[in-house]
Amino acid sequence: MAVLRKPSPLRVAGKYGALAFYVAFALFPLYWLLKIALTPDQLIYSEGTKLWPGAATLENFRIVLFQSDFLAYFRNSVFVSLTTAAATTLIAAGAGYAFSRFHFRGKRALVAVMLVTQMFPLLMIIAPIYKIVAAIGLLNSLTSLIIVYTAFNIPFATFLMQSFFDGIPKDLEEAAMMDGCTRFQALRKVIVPLTLPGLGATLGFVFTAAWSELLFALMLINSNDTMTFPVGLLTFVSKFSVDWGQMMAAGVLALVPSCLFFVFIQRYLVQGLTSGAVKG
Amino acid sequence: MARIALKDVYKKYGAVEVLRDIDLDIADGEFIVLVGPSGCGKSTLLRMIAGLEPITGGEFTIDGERMNEIAPRDRDIAMVFQSYALYPHMDVGRNMGFSMEIRRSPAADRTERVAGAARTLGLDRLLDRLPKALSGGQRQRVAMGRAIIRDPRAFLFDEPLSNLDAALRVEMRLEIARLHQRLAATMIYVTHDQVEALTLADRIVVLEGGIIQQVGTPLDLYERPANRFVAQFIGSPTMNILPAERSDNGIAIRGGPTLDLPGIGGTGEVANLGVRPEHIDITAPGQGDLTGVADVVEHLGSDTNIYVDVQGVGPVMVRARGNVPVKPRESVGLRLLREHAHVFASDGVALRA
Ligand SMILES: Nc1ncnc2c1ncn2[C@@H]1O[C@H](COP(=O)(O)OP(=O)(O)OP(=O)(O)O)[C@@H](O)[C@H]1O
Ligand SMILES: [Mg+2]
Repeated sequence: MAVLRKPSPLRVAGKYGALAFYVAFALFPLYWLLKIALTPDQLIYSEGTKLWPGAATLENFRIVLFQSDFLAYFRNSVFVSLTTAAATTLIAAGAGYAFSRFHFRGKRALVAVMLVTQMFPLLMIIAPIYKIVAAIGLLNSLTSLIIVYTAFNIPFATFLMQSFFDGIPKDLEEAAMMDGCTRFQALRKVIVPLTLPGLGATLGFVFTAAWSELLFALMLINSNDTMTFPVGLLTFVSKFSVDWGQMMAAGVLALVPSCLFFVFIQRYLVQGLTSGAVKG
Repeated sequence: MARIALKDVYKKYGAVEVLRDIDLDIADGEFIVLVGPSGCGKSTLLRMIAGLEPITGGEFTIDGERMNEIAPRDRDIAMVFQSYALYPHMDVGRNMGFSMEIRRSPAADRTERVAGAARTLGLDRLLDRLPKALSGGQRQRVAMGRAIIRDPRAFLFDEPLSNLDAALRVEMRLEIARLHQRLAATMIYVTHDQVEALTLADRIVVLEGGIIQQVGTPLDLYERPANRFVAQFIGSPTMNILPAERSDNGIAIRGGPTLDLPGIGGTGEVANLGVRPEHIDITAPGQGDLTGVADVVEHLGSDTNIYVDVQGVGPVMVRARGNVPVKPRESVGLRLLREHAHVFASDGVALRA
């Protein structure tokens, strides 16, 4: 029998060193964001690329929060992203379930069409989308963004949800139906609880996509009231200068909901929930 | 009470017919075992009775009431799945009580019945566990508990023991037999395993190619198989089939002697003679009906399996009681027991007086 030997300290150190390097590499831009947000305006250019600012201030945050429209942008973004995430996930879950469990005519065609929609670069269709939105009078409204984002995220989210449903044995809902459930009850009591990780992942994915979307927001929204946060960030760029400090402070604040959201859904992302259902 | 009847039932997937002319009457409290090779439609038939698979044509009734269009939950039938299909997010107790939970039975009632079933199945200490923390045998018991708690009109089992190891399989087989005695409920049981079929069944249904080949008691099928397929499918080791033809004074084995077989009736063309390995006696070479050379000899303790090569006839397998001192390459004589011989026509149908 092989004896499990303690790995040499050198190897352990090397492993953690590599991990540390990777983490540092991945997080450096975030650090820079935070650093500049905290650096007083007058030091930004004079200190250049110094790793540690000579002085720190919360002034940028104060200005962003109380003297700019940032809070309004922020509110708009939260509203658009949450609604998009909820609507998309709901529709994608329904469609994914149908794709996973039912055979119906036109299923293959439908899948093909959904794949085709994913093939075009967004830039190509931005003009027609603009015309359509203008024609139904939804320019400058958050609704237009929600509709467009939902439409664009549904195909991928559907495939994602389908793969989660595919991972749940059909026997489970059949057992539930034998136990006295209608198909819908079986779905609600047995399948949905097991799909929570999938729902969490889909929500997170769509939320982040909508939260950071710039192109459509830029095209479809002009008025200050309905600007989302990525567009709002651009207002820190004026004709003659860029307010780096404030822009970065806004950026830091923008990270907050994404982080909160993932902390919240993180517990649903735990894998292995279906283990033990069928023979293991 | 559950008398289950299938009349002219068939099943098609698109143009493919997987079950045909299924006629079956199952008495109340009967234990029916469906056997057949892989892909013959056993699971499909069971699922049609459960309501999980639509019935393409024909009529399926329980106690005279047409069930074809009734939803699974309204058929009052419980099913134990091969995969067990336990709800992974519910503990053992809730898994077992789920059907009562759905029917909104009072909680006290539910707890009591779950506890009762758990006691019968030896699961009392596991009620708070999740399925993933159970062994295969324990999961199997939970799946059975989930079925018996409902006190349904009929039980369906789809190869419930095939995922267990040999020892556990024997134990659970006994448990199912006891369960049937205690509940006296109608049970339909699908299996690949001959021993399960022969030991559990009141009657066995042999399916092949989507058609019922024969229905009968285990002894019926063993002693009077309706055709060559059933003859070879039931019984282990499998029956020897020797090419043969009818002659004036009996049945002539091709390349061998002619046996006078009184009681082989009809005048139909004979194509094969069938003799089970346990119905052949070993004799001294030159005596008996055939003489051959032992090829492989397997000593099982209680029995000895001898594979004999008979010149001109082909390989014949013999199963002798006890320990027979035959060595490979030794010459042996074989006596076929006339009263246990079977004769088949060229289309496989058994010919009888
Ligand atoms: N959805 C389906 N579409 C087309 N054919 C199917 C479908 N489901 C099953 N079949 C076919 O029906 C036949 C019977 O299948 P079934 O699962 O009932 O076999 P079985 O006797 O249970 O086999 P096994 O012993 O391997 O479980 C098989 O030939 C199978 O290929
Ligand atoms: Mg099967």
